[in-house]
Amino acid sequence: MKKNYSIKGIDCANCARELEEEINKIEGVQATINFMTEKLIVEIEDDKFNELFEEVKKVIKDDEPECTVEEV
Amino acid sequence: MSKKLKKIIIAGLIYLIAVFVKFENEIINTLLFLLSYLIVGFEIVKKAFKNIKKGKVFDENFLMTVATIGAIAIGEYPEAVAVMLFYQIGELFQSYAVDKSRRTIASLMDIRPDFANLKNGSEIEKVDPDKVKIGDIIVVKPGEKIPLDGIVVDGDTMIDTSMLTGESVPRRAEVNSEVISGCINQTGAIEVKVTKEYSDSTVSKILDLVENASNRKAKAENFISKFAKVYTPTVVCIALALAILPPLILHQEFSIWVYRALSFLVVSCPCALVISIPLSFFGGIGGASKMGVLIKGSNYIESLSKVDVVVFDKTGTLTEGVFDVQKVKPENGITADELIEIAALAESMSNHPIASSILRKYEKELDNLRVDDYEEITGKGIKAKVDGKEVLIGNTKLMNDNGITFEKSNDVGTVLYVAIDNVYSGHILISDKIKEDSKRAVEYLKKSGVNQIVMLTGDRKEVGEHVSNILNIDKYFAELLPNDKVDRLEELLKNRDENKTVIAAGDGMNDAPILAMADVGVAMGGLGSDAAIEAADVVIMTDEPSKIVSAIKLANKTMRIVKENIAFAIIVKVLILILCAIGIGTMWEAVFADVGVSIIAILNAMRVLHIREK
Repeated sequence: MKKNYSIKGIDCANCARELEEEINKIEGVQATINFMTEKLIVEIEDDKFNELFEEVKKVIKDDEPECTVEEV
Repeated sequence: MSKKLKKIIIAGLIYLIAVFVKFENEIINTLLFLLSYLIVGFEIVKKAFKNIKKGKVFDENFLMTVATIGAIAIGEYPEAVAVMLFYQIGELFQSYAVDKSRRTIASLMDIRPDFANLKNGSEIEKVDPDKVKIGDIIVVKPGEKIPLDGIVVDGDTMIDTSMLTGESVPRRAEVNSEVISGCINQTGAIEVKVTKEYSDSTVSKILDLVENASNRKAKAENFISKFAKVYTPTVVCIALALAILPPLILHQEFSIWVYRALSFLVVSCPCALVISIPLSFFGGIGGASKMGVLIKGSNYIESLSKVDVVVFDKTGTLTEGVFDVQKVKPENGITADELIEIAALAESMSNHPIASSILRKYEKELDNLRVDDYEEITGKGIKAKVDGKEVLIGNTKLMNDNGITFEKSNDVGTVLYVAIDNVYSGHILISDKIKEDSKRAVEYLKKSGVNQIVMLTGDRKEVGEHVSNILNIDKYFAELLPNDKVDRLEELLKNRDENKTVIAAGDGMNDAPILAMADVGVAMGGLGSDAAIEAADVVIMTDEPSKIVSAIKLANKTMRIVKENIAFAIIVKVLILILCAIGIGTMWEAVFADVGVSIIAILNAMRVLHIREK
């Protein structure tokens, strides 16, 4: 399942790139961060979505504490 | 005023006092510097310590912290504070510039309707476009955006489609006209019966496409990501070596070389490189959508800029795709009007496009009872009884099969021969009109450096030749079945230079396979056609082929800016690294290499929005 989120408050383009890299390290998660449109697109298998997305949120919280993620 | 800006101003003032006022006790100066440093830099230092715990030593905050604390340690107070100050000012300016360009580009795509006036009996209610169902009636007042696709049931008006098409001439809409969401109603109030829910309406499809476009990353973006990953660690390692090795080997003072190493750390931040590239591509996509061209990904901008061959489908792309009767030539004692009437009657049961063009020409009502024994002969034509007379209407094969002597016409187009009771009665020429814009498109494509322009058509050889001569097309292939078109394209793709691309343009309806196969598939006439929007990589909202030229030009400009930014950032950084290493450069230059370069690159990226069409 592919879902779109708005991700606000990333400092710079390089931070976005690093964050994207960190999220992609989680097994079973495919993520793209678009710094310009402030969007996060994650692709996770349906039955694992909720569980893995919690991990994604944790990585974001760790890396960029000021970031907000909202479903669109 | 933001908190960050306040801190910068306060810290800046304290810094100036510390620099210009000579206190008797120098410790006061030092303390002022430290105070200024803490005010402007505390956040960064805090973040840096947090990151060390996570093992992220190549993080910008960390690098800045090490560089400035290092400078303090060797007694370079003014420089330490200045670097932090300028770094923060740069960051602030950078985020302002990014925000501003984000908004500029977003405003280009501002076609999202905020509400719909839903008609409920005699009352009108303002609702979210999401809430409107198919079959509902909505009212669109002058000056409002049309929120959903539908058909006008009352009123007439002029509609401004320029937000979607880049076309400034308004379109007329009256009862029974289809209207498309995202356009602006200009002159009169209309009532519209909704035909698509909001999520299926044109405006949502387009928004979705444009907003997701920059998710598909171009090679240049991936290159810079990889480069940034190597660049920072490399520079940091060199800095470390610089701080330790020369003093040990040359027996010079540590502080000189530590200072140089610290400058290196300041230059090592990769942000200038990373920011400007996606920004340029995003700007390119925004600029294109302003002129009615939707590009579905940054990677297609890259491909458009490397175009070598452009392949056009003929019908509906270079030609109008509407077949009209161009000539009626009666023979053997019959008038042109009679010939058309008989032909129209004989064709009245057919669904073929040719039949509809004859019916359009005849214009009058037809009495189907006059037609009997109707028979369609596939690939040849029609046989029917009209007013009791046997009528044959079709191609040369049909005439030959029935042993009719006729005069073969040399006209280019589809020629229908008519025989009544086995006597040849003349012919009707039907052909497709070449778009006025096509000639310009081919001419400009050639001027802009496209090597070869190819036309593919299922039509007869004479028609293909005729059209390609008029338009000055390099090569044409005619009489192709749909899979022949795929084969031809495959050949072109195989023979192309590795760094070059083949663009295929069609109407997106029946040429979806070639659009999907080409490096870049361009669909024309996207406005109101879901199929076209879905099939292609680039969608041209109007049906002008010359917009391909505009798209290529914009892609070229975008790529030029991307390359300029990459080269500029790398060259400046390397140059300043060298200057710092040999002791000419100071931390001041190093800060410029970081934030100064980012800001210049951002400003350069915004140029992509200012492109003149044609």
